[in-house]
Amino acid sequence: MEQIIQGFFNIEIVVAALPFLLRGLALTVLLCLVVIPLGIFGGLALALVSTARSFLVKGLVAAYVDFFRAFPPLVLLIFIYFGVPFLGIDLHAFTAVTIGFFLNTSSYYGEIFRAGIESIPRGQREAARSTGLTSVQTLVFVIVPQATRNVIPDLVSNTLEVVKLTSIASVVALPELLYAARQAQSITYNATPIIFAGIIYLACLWPLVRLLSRFEHKKVALH
Amino acid sequence: MLNSFLFTYFNLPVMAEYFPMILEGFVLTVELAVAIVLSGILAGLLLAVLRSFRVRVLNFFIVIFVDVLRALPPLVIIILFYFALPSVGVRMSGFAATWLSLSLVLTAFAEEIFWAGILAVPKGQWEAARSTGMSFLQTLGAVVLPQAVRITIPPLTNRTIAITKGTALGAVVAVGEILNQAQTGLSHSYNPSPLTLGALAYLVLFIPVVILGRWVETRFAWKR
Repeated sequence: MEQIIQGFFNIEIVVAALPFLLRGLALTVLLCLVVIPLGIFGGLALALVSTARSFLVKGLVAAYVDFFRAFPPLVLLIFIYFGVPFLGIDLHAFTAVTIGFFLNTSSYYGEIFRAGIESIPRGQREAARSTGLTSVQTLVFVIVPQATRNVIPDLVSNTLEVVKLTSIASVVALPELLYAARQAQSITYNATPIIFAGIIYLACLWPLVRLLSRFEHKKVALH
Repeated sequence: MLNSFLFTYFNLPVMAEYFPMILEGFVLTVELAVAIVLSGILAGLLLAVLRSFRVRVLNFFIVIFVDVLRALPPLVIIILFYFALPSVGVRMSGFAATWLSLSLVLTAFAEEIFWAGILAVPKGQWEAARSTGMSFLQTLGAVVLPQAVRITIPPLTNRTIAITKGTALGAVVAVGEILNQAQTGLSHSYNPSPLTLGALAYLVLFIPVVILGRWVETRFAWKR
């Protein structure tokens, strides 16, 4: 017991590592603020493009989505961070993470929005067009708002996954929360910072998990 | 320009040299993924069945377990097992840490999905089965679960695919799976072709899986 407290819940170490971890948390938050909106807008754009009538366009979007969903995000990130510099392009870790996350998360968000748009009955579009709205206006004012509302639980669930995923940025030495914790661990020779980082993730994300659970049970109750 | 691009990313001699290594990683990735899927889904089903007994204390702990594992990033769990547990004397290999972490994460998600499936079976099914004289377990096993599992297949497939892709995280704790082998190849040859090869290996492995996921989604779609 003593050993567990010393090794995992060491107050002195928490106090010493706290500023470090908080700086890491700040970067994690910043990263989320950059990659989540980018991914959502990218995904929405993909979904809108895939409503085109052309089979070629639809096929290209589906290929993009499947291609980037097939790669583990870490593989994508490593490829960009360690592979692209061989072209003579210098990439900052933050840029590499942003690009990797954009490619990955936009495909996931894209699939969600596509399902949402497909869930809207044809009559909605026809009715909107018959009132004189252009096809773009129909999408913006009629289809997308309803589609988005229908897929909110999936959007929240994917966003939770994206927030958790930011921890892989530690692999390319971006000093976010997990990286800060690993650094603090190697300096102090004590695992407390990692445990504490876990507690921070838990504190931030638990409300989101509860919210999702509620969505899921509500969905079941509707059937 | 094109030549130098090919020389950098599709260097055939380098690729040939590191192909056996990547192949080894491929096999290990498949083994790891299969182990995770089996243990994660079985444990998840078991927890959902336990939860259907509606023992209050037990269910409280199941919900806590599921919530914690859904809130923590998988990489944090892996690092916890591999780098933090040794300080209390528990040591495990990178393979074991990755397997255990991802299995637990899959267990949590699978439990939620199976539980939602069990709840989705109308109450009348329970009552009808019990009134024919079937026991609780018989009802669960022969009437409720077969119906519940059918609707859980699409979400479970997608979640399982997402979690098996996490095997790449094993590279961080020195598991010799595809990504790790590719990175080793990169640092030995100072050429990113092994990375390209690794990326291709992931495509070979996961493109069929992603397509399977799409198919399952339409095949088992909930009929309204």
